[in-house]
Parts: sequence; structure tokens; C-alpha cells
Amino acid sequence: MSATTSPAAPVTPDAVTFSLTEEQRLLRSTVRELLTARAGSERVREVMLEHGGFDEPLWSELAQLGLTGLLVPERYGGVGSTFVEASIVLEELGRRLAPVAYLSSAVLGTVAVVRGGSDDQQARILPDVATGAARLALAHLDTAGRLDAPPGIRAARDGDDWVLDGEAGYVIDGQHATHLVVAADTGTGIELFVVAADADGLAREPVEVLDLTRPMATVTAAGMRIGDDARLSAGEPVAALHAALTAATVAIACEQVGGIQHTLEAATAYARERVQFGRAIGSFQAVKHQLADMLVATESARSTAEHAARVLARGDYDELAIAAPLAKSYCSQVYTQAAGDAIQIYGGIGFTWEHDAHLYFKRAKSTRLLLGDPRHQRALVGDALGL
Amino acid sequence: MASDTASTTDERTMIEERVEALLASHPPATTPEHEFWGAQFDHGLAWVQHPEGYGGCGVSPRWQAEVDRRIEQAGGSTRNRYINVLGIGMGAGTIMEHGTEDQQRRWLRPMFACEEIWCQMFSEPGAGSDLAALATSAKRDGDHWIVNGQKVWTTLAHLATWGLLVARTDPDVPKHAGLTYFVVDMDSDGVDVRPLHQITGEAEFNEVYLTDVRIPDEHRVGDVGQGWKVAMTTLMNERVAIGGGVQPRGEGAIRQAVEVWQTHHGADGDPAQRDELLRLWVEAEALRLTSTRAKEAATHGTPGPEGSTAKLHWADLNKAITSFTIDLLGPEGMTYPGGYRFTRPEETATRTTSPHKAFLRARANSIEGGTSEVMKNILGERVLGLPGEPRTDKNQPWREVPRS
Ligand SMILES: Cc1cc2nc3c(=O)[nH]c(=O)nc-3n(C[C@H](O)[C@H](O)[C@H](O)COP(=O)(O)OP(=O)(O)OC[C@H]3O[C@@H](n4cnc5c(N)ncnc54)[C@H](O)[C@@H]3O)c2cc1C
Repeated sequence: MSATTSPAAPVTPDAVTFSLTEEQRLLRSTVRELLTARAGSERVREVMLEHGGFDEPLWSELAQLGLTGLLVPERYGGVGSTFVEASIVLEELGRRLAPVAYLSSAVLGTVAVVRGGSDDQQARILPDVATGAARLALAHLDTAGRLDAPPGIRAARDGDDWVLDGEAGYVIDGQHATHLVVAADTGTGIELFVVAADADGLAREPVEVLDLTRPMATVTAAGMRIGDDARLSAGEPVAALHAALTAATVAIACEQVGGIQHTLEAATAYARERVQFGRAIGSFQAVKHQLADMLVATESARSTAEHAARVLARGDYDELAIAAPLAKSYCSQVYTQAAGDAIQIYGGIGFTWEHDAHLYFKRAKSTRLLLGDPRHQRALVGDALGL
Repeated sequence: MASDTASTTDERTMIEERVEALLASHPPATTPEHEFWGAQFDHGLAWVQHPEGYGGCGVSPRWQAEVDRRIEQAGGSTRNRYINVLGIGMGAGTIMEHGTEDQQRRWLRPMFACEEIWCQMFSEPGAGSDLAALATSAKRDGDHWIVNGQKVWTTLAHLATWGLLVARTDPDVPKHAGLTYFVVDMDSDGVDVRPLHQITGEAEFNEVYLTDVRIPDEHRVGDVGQGWKVAMTTLMNERVAIGGGVQPRGEGAIRQAVEVWQTHHGADGDPAQRDELLRLWVEAEALRLTSTRAKEAATHGTPGPEGSTAKLHWADLNKAITSFTIDLLGPEGMTYPGGYRFTRPEETATRTTSPHKAFLRARANSIEGGTSEVMKNILGERVLGLPGEPRTDKNQPWREVPRS
């Protein structure tokens, strides 16, 4: 897939500024306050065990703040922010493992529709997405989740209609979505369709997931008949899908940074408090050095994610081809290492269900494998570098 | 074996005769497990290094692997070593070394036959790595002891008949000197076992609240104030029980990694991943050979601090292999087939089958039985003879040392 859609003015990557504006800082503290109040560990656990991993009331509160429509253009009822604003929200969500459909609807689904939909289609779909009333999920993989294979759902033309058949795996938040963006294999390429999630001929089955705070579903289409107006008709579908996936890659890295930061802070606090052999365990070099290494890695992870978010915001697609996979490969490595080390630093308590360490550990492993593992991402960096 | 000396040839013959006699009198196919294990004990094949009459026949412990292999080959089960790991792997050696004749006669056989399950009540919320800081108290009351306190991470306490307990009998002396070792009847009044769920959802371990629990003095193991020494025997055995098992080449976690490679990748797999798989395979084999060598060198019952090498190596390697196996699964690694179940299992999951569960369970390997950091301290100080860190907690009365 080609990423060169709009050639941006040539800037060197380090011309990006990392600093936040006053408004962005305010955004961060608003989201953090909301999540501190509404997405504490107890609530997250209740949602993951009893509500299938989707916190509907929290989603409504995010919507009231306009956050579900950050990436929706203003003319369709959204805020029309840049990805920098979205990255701030994503980091805060990742810090709390807040179980909401942000990655699926506000990033993947929204970008696909913005990039692939005609004005009419956007006007029809996006206002509800912005208010949070509609939630999009992207079904683009096959049941094995292979990135290099055609989508698992096929679309065949039948008169003016399309008929969809097949199965898509690993659809993030699939069972909680109101609408699905289906990437379907037409035999000669792909098309994107937006369909109601409860439409006839569609079935959704939750996947038994490692990370219960991030639900996924298998979506099955069986002779599902839809009109051509369901097909996103502006722009090149492959490019729209690619844009959505690239944005999601950056989004995941931003989320990961939130989780990493939390992991570092929580483990450090514990090492300061926990006493063995008459002294705080953080006074032992074995523990202190693990945390110091974690700090170094956290800072670097943050740099890669923030860089990628700014490059995406600026629309510098050449640099993004490096920055996005770079961020996800690096942040995935750091997160899995940090979340594992944290369990070690907690000792026995870190191995328990009641302690939150395992939730982050599972999120780390799961996001590492989501939409391309570090190997895959590094290969993309290699491609972008022409290596 | 050509290199066998005269005495090892004698030992081999004796072991072979005993195994044949056991299998002839108790054919595994028709003998219930518990009965078979009882007979194995009576034939001196439970812990071969123990003396005659105590489940052994007084030979080097290195023969045990051979005995177990032959029993398994004949269709017999050795899974009692897993079902009752805290008793057979750790309690037995402790009772043999420090227990009275009566205690040995009373406890060893039903332990090996799995008629009585054992648990280990050492760790407390405030005392994990620093076990000697424990606060559970035992006060003498005539020919009994009255115990109060809380234990934690107690594996299998929900199934146990007996518990190995270390308690503080003197708070006014330095912490290592004020401890005494007991065996607790887990059905006693005042023993309250509550499940603790772990990363997999299951509750292999428990917290145990002890309130005015009465223990008869006959159930004290070792002298009053000698609890640390007795506990060290248990811990040395534990480290070997956890990390020192010798499996055939390619068995264990690495087998699962190889299987996933074959089913998900195979001939057109990524060469970098294949290399990583082989790097881990080589390391697993290096550990296996080291454990084999250590077993051969073992001449007495209680393993020394060098037992920590296998425990340390195994813990880190097992974590690495199980994590890599999930990576090999690709997107399937994001699933947890069967979902999380909040059950209390009948045995520890160390022989678990799903790669997903193995991946989560392995996180405990570098914590249980002493953390990897503590293993490194032991190897550095007790094996390599490096100086210890300056310590302030060792000679002060226990009461005065800061605790969490
Ligand atoms: C699955 C499982 C089963 C268990 N089963 C049992 C059981 O049946 N019975 C039982 O009694 N216990 C059991 N345990 C408890 C286990 O022995 C303790 O968890 C372990 O000793 C660590 O103690 P802790 O959890 O209090 O961690 P802490 O001792 O608080 O350690 C926290 C961190 O500090 C580090 N640290 C501590 N001291 C030092 C030091 N001096 N130098 C460097 N680093 C240090 C540790 O390495 C660790 O990273 C079990 C634990 C697990 C996870």
C-alpha cells in the first residue's frame, strides 16, 4: 500500500515541537480528572467482567466533552482537532485502561469514513459519531488476523446491490459498535462499506480475549445484501484503509505510553513504600536499576509516540511512514518489558488478580500483537528507508 | 554403564530389583494410584536417599530419576510429585533431616501416597523475601503452642491436611534467632483459608488466617529458636523442586514453542524468529544438561545454595520461552481460549497445557520459591563468596526492625 497521498512541505523531522499549548494542557487535565473519577480500577474491573468491556456511561461523558468527535471535521459536528489532541486523550485512556471504544470508533472508524466517504456519506454518518450516539468498528482482517492477506469478508456485485459473505476476525469493539466499516474483498481489490451492526445477515461473536479491557469480536456476513450507497465512494478505498490503520498505529503507541507511564509511577511508588530487610526495596540496586532502566525507556517511548502524533497532525506522510511504525514497535517493546518488570518488583502481590499489574501486562502483550507486531513494524521502517 | 564404579553397579542392581518387585506386586494397570504410591514407599523407592523404612533405600538421590522413569515406562504414575509438591518436594526432606522418629513414621508415607496433602505457610504480607521478619506468633501454653497471625500466597492450602509453619516464638532476639518450626493440622479450630485469585483467574494460592490455633508440642520440628535453620532446609529443597527437575530433551515450555512454530510457521517462517526459537532451544538444553550434571553430583539429601542456579536460570528462561510462544501465535496471542475461570484448581498449574495460560503462569516463576533478585544475592554471596551488603536488620531485636 502506498502512503503518499498529500506531499507535505519538506521539513526535517526534528522541526516538530513537542511542547503543548495552554489549551492542550487543559485538555489533558480535564480528561485526567474525568478518568480519575470515572475509570478507577474498581470500575474498570466491573466493566470488563460484567459489561463485556464497554463502559457506556463513561463513553457518554467523553462524548459530552466533545472528545468522541475530536477527529470529526467541524462541518459534520465534530471538533476538527489535530491528532495531537487525540493523542492526549489516548494517552490518558491508556493510563487507566479505560474500556471505551475510542481506538475503534474515534480513530479507526472515523478516519476511514473521513478519508473514504463522499460529502453526503460523511454528513450522514459522522454527526452521530461525533456525539457518540453511533460507534464505528473496523472489520478488515481475515479470521487468522493476517495483515498480508485479503479481508475475510468478500463483496460480490449483484445488479445495483452488493452481497457480503465471509468472516472477519479481531474486530476491535465489534460487539459494542452500532455500525461496522467493512473492508471487503471484491476479487479485484477492496471496497469499504458502512453497515448497521445489527443488520440482517450480520452476526457478531465476542472473542475470548487476553486483555479483557479491550473487547474484540468475530464478524460474520452471510448473504448480506446492501445497496451501493453503503459503499464509501470518495477517494481510493485502499488509501482510506491505510490512513485509518496508520492513525491506529500511532494511536496505539500513544495509549501504550499512558500505560507505560502509569506502570513506572506505580512501581516506583511501591518500591519506595515496601520494606524488606529493614529498608525500602527501592534501596536495593537490583530494584532501583530496574526502575531507572524503565525511566529511560519510558522517556524514549514517549518521544517516539509524541513525534508520530505530531507528524500525523501535520500531514507529513513521508515522515509518517517512518514515525508511525517506529513508535509502535518501540512502545510495544518498552511496554511489555516494563509491565513484566513491574510484576517482578511487586513480588507475590503483582501476580494476583486483585492487583492491577496483570491488567497492564495483558494490555501490553495484546497491543504488541495488535495490527502488526514489532517485527512487522520494523519491516515497515525498513521499507520506508529503502533498506 | 561402562564408567560405573563397583558401588554404583551394586546400587543399580539393587534399584532394578526393587523396581521389578514393585511392578510385579503392584501392576500399575490394575493398582489404584494411592495404593501404588504407598507400595512404592514400602519398597524404598519414594525418596531413594532416605534410609530403609522411611521411603528410601539409602542410595544417592541421583537414582530417583531412573526409578521414576522406569515406573512411568511401565505405565505407572509419578504425578504425586506434582499433586503434593509442597510435601513430597519440600516437606519430606525437612522432616527427614529435622523431625523426630515419630514424626517421620507418622507423616512420610501418607504424604507420598497423597492421602494427605501438604502446604507451606512461610510468607506473610510483611515478610516475603525477608522471611525471617515474619510476625505470626506462637506462645507456649503447657504442652501446646497458641498461634496467631496471617500467612499469604499459601499454595494448595485449600486441599491441605498439614501445613509447614514458621512462627515467631521470641520477638526480643534478632529476627533469625526467634523462630520455631511447626506442622499444623489444617483442620484445627482457628485456621481460616481464603482463596486468592491470580493472574490466570484461578486460585492456586490462599491467604490463611490463624486465630488462637492450638498446636501440640509433638508437632514442633526442631528445637525452639531453631526455626530458621529448619526453614532453610525446606527452601533449599524448594528451589530444586521448582527449577531442578530433569526432563527429556525438548520437553517443557520449549516443546510448546516448537509446536507453535510447526503449526503456525514452519518452512516459510521468518528466519529471525526461527533463530530466536533456536536460541531458546539451545539455552533450554544447556539448562537441562546442567540439571543432569547437578543431579549426578548430589550425594546427600539437602541441596546446597548452588540449587539456586537452576532455579534462577529456569525462571528467566521459562518466562522468555512462554512469552516468545505467544508472539509466535501472532494475533491468536491476543486471545485467551476458554476465558478466565475463577476456580480453585486441584493441583498447581506448573504442568499446564495451553500456551496462553503457561505464558501468564510463568510470571510467578521468578517470584515463587524466592525471587530472582534474591537468588542472585545468594549465588553472589554464598557460592561466589562476594561480600554481602551492609545490613542493619540482622543483629537488632526483631521488634525494633522497620517492617512494611
Ligand atoms: C505462585 C506463587 C506461589 C507461592 N506459594 C507459596 C507458598 O506455598 N508458601 C509460601 O510461604 N509462600 C509462597 N509464595 C510466596 C513467595 O515465596 C514470595 O512471594 C516471595 O518470597 C517474594 O516475597 P514477596 O512477594 O513478599 O515480595 P518482596 O519480598 O516484597 O519483594 C518485592 C521485590 O523486591 C525485591 N527484593 C526484596 N529483597 C531484595 C533484596 N535484598 N535485594 C534485591 N531485591 C530484593 C524482590 O526481588 C522483588 O522484586 C508464592 C508466591 C507465588 C507468586
